[in-house]
Amino acid sequence: MTAASLAVQFLNGLANASTLFLLACGLSLIFGVTRIVNFAHGSLYMLGAYVAWSLTQHLSGGVGFWASMFGAAVAVAALGALIESALLRRLYRSPELLQLLATFALTLIIRDAVLYIWGPEDLLGPRAPGLAGSINILGRAFPQYDVVLIVVGPLVLLALHVLLTRTRWGAMVRAATQDRDMAAAVGVNQAILFTSVFALGSGLAGLAGALQLPREPASASLDLFAIGDAFVVVVVGGMGSIPGAFVAALIIAEIKALCIALGSVDLPLLGTVAFPKFTLVAEFIVMAVVLIVRPWGLFGQPQSIQRALNPAEPPSHAAPRWFYWLAGALCFALAVAPLALGETSYALVLAIDIFIAILFAASLYSLVGPGGMHSFGHAAYFGLGAYAAALLLKSAGAPMPVALALSPLGGALGALLFGWFCVRLSGVYFAMLTLAFSQIVWSIAYQWDAVTGGSNGLIGVWPSQWLASHTAYYWLSLALCVAGLVFLRIIHLSPFGAALRAARDNPLRAEAIGIDRRSVQWRAFTIAGAVGGLAGGLFAFSKGSISPETLSVSRSIDGLVMVLFGGVESALGPIVGAAGFVALQDTIARHVDYWRAMLGFFMLALTLLFPGGLAGVWRRRS
Amino acid sequence: MKTRIISAVLSLCALAAPVAAQNIRIGEINSYKAQAAFLDPYKRGMDLAIDEINQAGGVGGRKLEVVTRDDNADPGEAVRMAEELVSAEKVDLLAGGFLSNIGLALGDFAKQRKIVYLASEPLTNKLVWENGNRYTFRLRPSTYMQAAMLAREAVKLQKKRWALIYPNYEYGQSAAATFKALMKKLQPDVEFVAEQATPLGKIDAGAVAQALADAKPDAIFNVLFGGDLAKFVREGTTRGLFKTIPVVSLLTGEPEYLDPLKAEAPVGWIVTGYPWYGIETPEHKAFLDAYQKKYSDYPRNGSLVGYMTIKAIAAAIGKAGGVETEKLVGAFSGLEFDSPYGKIMFRPQDHQSTMGAYVGKTDVKDGKGVMVDFAYRPGADFQPSDEEVKKLRPAE
Amino acid sequence: MSLLRIEHLSKSFGGVKAVNDVSFALAPGEMRAMIGPNGAGKTTLFNMVDGQLRPDAGNILLNGKSILGLPPRAIFRADVGRTFQIAATFASMTVLQNVQTALASCARQTTSLFRRADDLHRAEAMDLLRQVNMADQAERPCGVLAYGDVKRVELALALANKPKLLLMDEPTAGMAPAERIALITQTRDIAKHRNVGVLFTEHSMDVVFGFADRIMVLSRGRLIAEGDAEEIRNNPKVRQIYFGAGAEPVR
Repeated sequence: MTAASLAVQFLNGLANASTLFLLACGLSLIFGVTRIVNFAHGSLYMLGAYVAWSLTQHLSGGVGFWASMFGAAVAVAALGALIESALLRRLYRSPELLQLLATFALTLIIRDAVLYIWGPEDLLGPRAPGLAGSINILGRAFPQYDVVLIVVGPLVLLALHVLLTRTRWGAMVRAATQDRDMAAAVGVNQAILFTSVFALGSGLAGLAGALQLPREPASASLDLFAIGDAFVVVVVGGMGSIPGAFVAALIIAEIKALCIALGSVDLPLLGTVAFPKFTLVAEFIVMAVVLIVRPWGLFGQPQSIQRALNPAEPPSHAAPRWFYWLAGALCFALAVAPLALGETSYALVLAIDIFIAILFAASLYSLVGPGGMHSFGHAAYFGLGAYAAALLLKSAGAPMPVALALSPLGGALGALLFGWFCVRLSGVYFAMLTLAFSQIVWSIAYQWDAVTGGSNGLIGVWPSQWLASHTAYYWLSLALCVAGLVFLRIIHLSPFGAALRAARDNPLRAEAIGIDRRSVQWRAFTIAGAVGGLAGGLFAFSKGSISPETLSVSRSIDGLVMVLFGGVESALGPIVGAAGFVALQDTIARHVDYWRAMLGFFMLALTLLFPGGLAGVWRRRS
Repeated sequence: MKTRIISAVLSLCALAAPVAAQNIRIGEINSYKAQAAFLDPYKRGMDLAIDEINQAGGVGGRKLEVVTRDDNADPGEAVRMAEELVSAEKVDLLAGGFLSNIGLALGDFAKQRKIVYLASEPLTNKLVWENGNRYTFRLRPSTYMQAAMLAREAVKLQKKRWALIYPNYEYGQSAAATFKALMKKLQPDVEFVAEQATPLGKIDAGAVAQALADAKPDAIFNVLFGGDLAKFVREGTTRGLFKTIPVVSLLTGEPEYLDPLKAEAPVGWIVTGYPWYGIETPEHKAFLDAYQKKYSDYPRNGSLVGYMTIKAIAAAIGKAGGVETEKLVGAFSGLEFDSPYGKIMFRPQDHQSTMGAYVGKTDVKDGKGVMVDFAYRPGADFQPSDEEVKKLRPAE
Repeated sequence: MSLLRIEHLSKSFGGVKAVNDVSFALAPGEMRAMIGPNGAGKTTLFNMVDGQLRPDAGNILLNGKSILGLPPRAIFRADVGRTFQIAATFASMTVLQNVQTALASCARQTTSLFRRADDLHRAEAMDLLRQVNMADQAERPCGVLAYGDVKRVELALALANKPKLLLMDEPTAGMAPAERIALITQTRDIAKHRNVGVLFTEHSMDVVFGFADRIMVLSRGRLIAEGDAEEIRNNPKVRQIYFGAGAEPVR
């Protein structure tokens, strides 16, 4: 590799950095002012690309092209304003996780809307008129359009800087970023400010998507790729910091370009290292490192202690006697159900999935609820448990019951390691570090063919003969699910559980009565990892195979949705939420074509009508 | 609440009542939403075949019926759907699968539950080799077979320095590995000067094209498809990568991947694909006419695969004289059936069909990417020797 | 020997000296008030004593041993109880559970997974709640208490470790006048009864001058006067800086 090729790769990195920055700066702006972590930001980016594509089909020539880019940005900004005023405005005082659920529901709806409107095929847009060719840089052809992108990024940064520092609107934005309530107190019209910020942020996402059109076809999978990148850039740069987002975008894009430029290199001790393969997780590795060294991102400020927005959950006590009788009767009814249903009943299969989902959701709930730790990467521990069980069975030759019994260890060890770093952080940064770790684990499982089977995963992970029937495995899952729930409940009511809730309710006070917050949270993280691992082990043997999907982000999100679905304030929440979620998904996925959108609408209705979750509905009535 | 939900679930399941017993039911699982571009035409192909068979009186007097399920691109969900199809829908056999990991999971499920599974689309070699089993059969030519078809063309180019680019997951890795191994055998002086494994769906095309050019290869072997391919083609063209360097490319001639490129489709690449517009055999003509008549649209490769899946199943049931699993296994093994690609056989030694692919060159005509100078390569000609296959496949 | 000894303590924030070379000592059983205008450095000084902030210079000695650099939880274990300016309890627990949790922490039981928290230290917790007059509200959730009651619960939490030293940042802020006197009287009784040293800040002058054994006045980070109520009342420097020139002595 020559210096010239490195230099041109650096320019490639700059062009990508511009795209990343455009994508991320809107998210950062929105978060700074509204404190909403907008999951739908990637969907807005995707919409920008699609709208721009449609516009370019009707408008031609140079003017038409740039009008299309601008028109897409404006259209997406208008949609953003609509989303803010019709939906998010009702959620500003809601718990952070509920806002997230609502914006996640939006991503489901927008994705299906895109499939409905534009169809499933990738749509390759036109090249930019007059900029389709290349210029010669150091003997290499460099796309003219990339030069434009390299310029656009810093221009937008500059424009935002001027807007924020030289205008009255910008002053209000900065005031609200510093302190939302204070801004309201000094007479900033919040409704208009928030709507305009959301519109601007959305418009920037739309512009980023539109500007990407000459380089990338519009496709319905852009949203998830984009939101991952945007989160990483915003968090690495420091949430709410626009210059931070720029620097972060630059670092990430350049590291990726460097990995690609290096290619396969023979290194002493390590042998041949294929650096391009690192581009799969480069951004998440960067994020993990940055957060470990600088817990608030490169340019971020420590978050001010959040004012409690929602009333605290009711105190936890041991349940009254009648509840135990009821729960016992229910368990008994569930235990004898297979006798009535018969071995070949699909209900058994679905019930096994529900038991596993309940166990997983309950383990996540123990972090999110009593722990106050919003993990976005809990699937990592589910997956580690599943892989531990599968590897013990397949590679170590352990009998299946032993492999299953050791699966919590897989989750616990992972949680022990990653938890140590994660509990040093809080709030959104905690969430993002858990996400980064889970993505790193995923990429290892995805690429380590020799051990994990790579993207194909491991197959032939079936239970022992005596557990192989649906009925037997149903009983096993039921027993372990109940045991896990009882275990978590006992811990919840123990002095340890009290210390954990104390650390969540009031970290300062908890420290002042001698509670080591980090240590308590670290233990809780590990316990949740262990129970999640058990769920993963059960999962592996119920499916006969596992693959990296077991530890994917979407599983982590599913878990959060289940917990929120049931309601974070109730210990019954994860049970109701997981059962409801799996049953609902199973039913509507079979009968409705656009079932994602359906699920999205359902979730939106839930967040708006029953912010306490399904269990909350039940409690309100009783 | 909890009881209520569970009882609701149970009653829902009870509602799925058994359906008219005389129909033969095929349970079909695929990633319909996640891979819609391939699978929408695929479903049309299946429906066409079902219509044809049922209009002709079905198989052995019984009508065919397909029950489809979306697996959400998740192997765990796919297995649950398979359980549901088998236990609640009482299907007689399973088919489908797009992603390799789902194909493998379903194949293993078939082995565990002793039900026939015809993997229509998953390409991984493992499905018929390392993880092959008695109950699993595969229709499409495997990664190995398609890479072998291209390796034979690549040797003719007599290029020494090769660069490889492939999506960073099993399909890409195994295609690249197969290509390398075959090239070394066919052309011992070959050198591989650069390898770019790019994240699926997230290729950084500019930097990758640049890195490939900087390695100064004589030729490129490409495994990218879909959106990654579009990005790579555009960047590579702008950067002049393909001006002097020939490209050998897997799957690029399939309409699913070539059509979105429109006038920017690469010219002169040696590809595998499906040139539906130029296949003149009577068998294919019949299929093409029927498809265009029914849908007023041209078939994609998915349409063909869906159509042939059903045709293969119908033939197997006809040969077996019923849907009993062991009889079906026996019937599939060595089954010959008529398809738009002519007579195709499921090899008894590894349950791989001999369906081939067209190999040709890409070109642009009337603002659209097409294949020219193509010829059919029968799948049977691109297999390792029987001894090698025997070594790769676990004994039953 | 004095219970708490502060030696030349200093702390700056971005060039502003929040606490500037402050020294004093506090005896067991002594009620000592710290007063001064907003921004005088009172809370900063508190946060250094209880371990939340690290001083730039100086030393803090508890019973002759330096506690510099210890985290808040270690300082709690060194028998220092603390209440906050904005009262801080655990809102999702009952009053009783709050105190039980503090007692469990004192007994180093917070790693215990299988005991039931509600069964531990019940009697002792009720005893503490009786001392702060909160026994009748023991089963109410802390999240719904009146602010004055939250302050009482906080005091009970701070007392859970049988502290030798109590740090109270504005213990009566936000309370009705009658409540104020009740709370501070309770505090004084507990302090005298248990021989606990109390260092508190306060804006309410009737509380300061009515209950403190000694009073310190901080201004712009410096300790400008120290003495009993009478001395402070008549100190011209205090009247000049704190009450404003020509102000009438406070009664």
